Amino acid sequence: MSTEQNEGESFPRMRREKERVHEQQEQGDGIGWDGQTLRDQFEALEEKTEETGHYAGFEQLELKQNNPIEYEQMFAQLRGDLVNARETSKEVAATPIVEQEGELCYGLFTPEGDSIAVSTGIIVHIHTMSEAIKYMINHDYEESPGIEPGDIFVNNDTHVGDVHACDIMTLIPIFHEGELVAWAGGVNHVIDTGAIGPGSMNVSQASRFGDGAYYTARKVGEDLKLFNSWKKDYPDKTRTPDFLKLDERTRMTGCLMIRDAVKNIIDEYGVKQFKQLSREAIEDGRRGFRNRIKKTMLPGTYRGASFVDALYEGQDNLTRAYADENHLMHAPSELHVREDGSFQVSFEGANKWGWHPYNCTPAAIQGGIWVMLTQTVIPNSNVNDGAYYSCDFHLPVGSWANTQNTETAHAYAWHFLVSAWAPLWQHLSRGYFSRGFWEEINAGNANTSNWLQGGGIDQFDKLHAVNSFESACEGVGARYVEDGEPHAAAIWNPEGDMGDAEVWEMTEPLPFLGRAVKPNTGGAGRRAGGAGFESMRTVKDVSRWLLYEMGNGYMTSDGGLFGGYPAASGYILNAQNTDLEERFENQEDYPQHDLDPESGDFESKINGDITRRPEGISTPKEFDDYDMYLNYLRGGSGLGDPLERDPEDVVADIHDGYVLPRHAKDAYAVVVEKVDDEAKHNSAVQGEWELDEEATEELREERMQERAETSQPVTEWYEEQRERIRTEENLIDDVKKTYESSMRMSKQFAEFYHEFWDLPEDFDFTLSEKAEKSLENRFKTGLKQKWDNPTKGHETWLGVGRDDEPEVPYTWTADRTIQDLPTPDASFSDTKAEPATDDD
Amino acid sequence: MPESYPREHIEDLVDDNLEWNQLHDMMSDFKDADRFQQVRDVLQERVDWDDPIIIPYADHLYVVAKPDGRWVIKCDCGHEFCEHDENWKMDALINVRDSEEAYLEIYPEDMHPHPDYMELREFFCPGCNTLLEVTNVMPGYPLIHEFEPDIETFYSEWIEEPIPTAEPESA
Repeated sequence: MSTEQNEGESFPRMRREKERVHEQQEQGDGIGWDGQTLRDQFEALEEKTEETGHYAGFEQLELKQNNPIEYEQMFAQLRGDLVNARETSKEVAATPIVEQEGELCYGLFTPEGDSIAVSTGIIVHIHTMSEAIKYMINHDYEESPGIEPGDIFVNNDTHVGDVHACDIMTLIPIFHEGELVAWAGGVNHVIDTGAIGPGSMNVSQASRFGDGAYYTARKVGEDLKLFNSWKKDYPDKTRTPDFLKLDERTRMTGCLMIRDAVKNIIDEYGVKQFKQLSREAIEDGRRGFRNRIKKTMLPGTYRGASFVDALYEGQDNLTRAYADENHLMHAPSELHVREDGSFQVSFEGANKWGWHPYNCTPAAIQGGIWVMLTQTVIPNSNVNDGAYYSCDFHLPVGSWANTQNTETAHAYAWHFLVSAWAPLWQHLSRGYFSRGFWEEINAGNANTSNWLQGGGIDQFDKLHAVNSFESACEGVGARYVEDGEPHAAAIWNPEGDMGDAEVWEMTEPLPFLGRAVKPNTGGAGRRAGGAGFESMRTVKDVSRWLLYEMGNGYMTSDGGLFGGYPAASGYILNAQNTDLEERFENQEDYPQHDLDPESGDFESKINGDITRRPEGISTPKEFDDYDMYLNYLRGGSGLGDPLERDPEDVVADIHDGYVLPRHAKDAYAVVVEKVDDEAKHNSAVQGEWELDEEATEELREERMQERAETSQPVTEWYEEQRERIRTEENLIDDVKKTYESSMRMSKQFAEFYHEFWDLPEDFDFTLSEKAEKSLENRFKTGLKQKWDNPTKGHETWLGVGRDDEPEVPYTWTADRTIQDLPTPDASFSDTKAEPATDDD
Repeated sequence: MPESYPREHIEDLVDDNLEWNQLHDMMSDFKDADRFQQVRDVLQERVDWDDPIIIPYADHLYVVAKPDGRWVIKCDCGHEFCEHDENWKMDALINVRDSEEAYLEIYPEDMHPHPDYMELREFFCPGCNTLLEVTNVMPGYPLIHEFEPDIETFYSEWIEEPIPTAEPESA
């Protein structure tokens, strides 16, 4: 860039490219290869892929086969340039979200929008940016507003291609000799989206109109200069304009570095070879995915279900009266691993979307699976849209997973997304177990919350918003071979980091009173789930300041595996109108933790209005100086029977702050004795415990006997439960509403449910008037689709209605026979075994 | 990359005797080609019964070949549940945690699911009382049949080996 500017003219190469494009346009040529329009080129690619079963018809990887070293050099160089762009550009940003947490990612895409290579970071966006590019192609952006050298596009519309509005992406086209050869894209998580409440993921809105500003794949600049109309627009649509301006410069810096990198590669190897590489890398990724699956899993069907709560009944500050209701997410998860190693994933039976900000779009769901797969199936640098071409998705239209309704809110889609993907870890782990790859088994992940968010007038007397990314550091699910990593990561950011307290305090008027491992957050098991942690925060030098919580409360979304227990769920703890200031002045004790919610320790050290309740979500509420807020970050799920855990490990758990002493006995049948009150360990725990081996052995024997005495045969339990369901005994309205919602969404789920419990054909749950009205209201809302002109390849998730058989077959049955797996024809016709590549 | 780990290494994996650095190396390395067969063979040695293991199915559970040609799900204690394509849970013992009191044995107050919204179903082996699976679901949810492996395709197409069979019982 600087070299070009030193020549006296800004971006001379870009200008020459632009002139070349204009010449071609005058001849009636498009910007695609060989004069095609971009849409024609995209459709041809989809057709070739469909016909041959290989990406873009690349049945042979000629470059890789004939010149493997050069192939690897080129790919490694591109990948390195992408990582370099991320590492360099994040220093431009001012938010700890980007600078500390690395909530930033870059991708290099084909002209058709398929990801060739991706940087490190929040690689969920490997596919969301891809969708955004495809949206522009499918909606004829080549004609209007035009796609030319030097153009700058911005998108954060989740219905176009994003998870939620706070992930803003910049996309720039890269041209060579009049042809579009690639796109560079960068995305980062911003602090505030200008939603109805402060923060990047407000939770009090009912619809899109409270989510904040949406920018739908918009051209915001030409000649690598931002339009004045853009520069004068977005800063007023956020509470944190300075941060967003630097975020934009961050993304532009990275995209321009990638653009230069591509030009260097083309200069070195020629454009023909660059094009060849871009196709082969994706086909290679597609084959690599399948080969890895065939090498490490078993073909067959894997099933699971996950749930999470979003409780809004009685919450203050809701934007609509009809949003005053409780929602439960139901995510039945079905994975078919087919003979050729490809995946079919179905959420058939998912319940209806709701008037809450946790709805998802296909781009969000598909992005979510990549960020998981790259941490399990594809733990290497060869991450690109090749894996996308190995998967079919069935996301029921009108469900929370695919609303196809632009009125729905999506600000924190991850709440449902993370929870819904929890069973996928277990699907993979069951396959790894059978195959003997025990070192890869992982019970699951953490529900990545709490989200501390809010805003108001900060310590610098400025309007500000906060979004603490301490949540990028949750406990991880237990492995088969080791305990889960404590306070380590978040599914959506594999490089998770809690961030330095001192840095958070620079941008948040919320001083830390304490930070510690939180006991009993990880699920119990032979291998324990990784523990979460907690930060006790106070508030200082603010006015009209709001804070709120976001997380699970009444449900835990992360199940255990092989006898391990789910991770703990969340709760809310605040204190307002406190005597903290007096306690500081008098040098008295004050609460630094809430390690054991039952201990009364917190309440004994502070006076004020204390809110302690087992829910996970609150809407924005006012906080003042010296008020207190507990930020509790969750743990991961456990694996294996807890009675198989080494008793000495349980003693270590107590000292490390992972397990409260009373739960050693209750959850693990381990008897410990406190031998010292004063001893300190490398945790907030004070005291020393010793194992009573003999008593432990006896207790474990007793516990095994108790199991036999207190449990009952499932067949007996089944009869009791069937009666309970028939009579609707002890089933609350929120639960029945969720079942009804799923049954009205899915004929298949309704049939399965009736068949499993042997219910009369005309059985349905009796709902309250309010619940019935809520379902009616949402089902009648219908569809408001964003994509009105998709290519054939994009109809896969649009074309399945609630009364149709899903393209991905539904195999949940009450009888007990395996169903034939579908053939790979659903996506590709090729069933031939492919040679293994070295990408696994 | 080892094409195949030494037998002792796989025994250490099965017996939980590997150090973290060894496990980490196994995670980072390319995957060995004969892992399935090696683990299956070590497991076969570890169990006290003779039915050939077709696949390890879940922790403590196997799909085994019976002399009459059936494939059944069997616990390492010897208890046999059901046919391989059926849900073993239907033949298990169950305990449901669906009260505050039951939750507090495992979780501190306020850190467990609300019993009206979610219950924990604990499934035990009727033979040895080992806790085999815990599922967290809404009350009223059907039993989930988590895994139906396609054993025929796996053996014939993926590893190209005959499926283990048991010697027919002598008359």
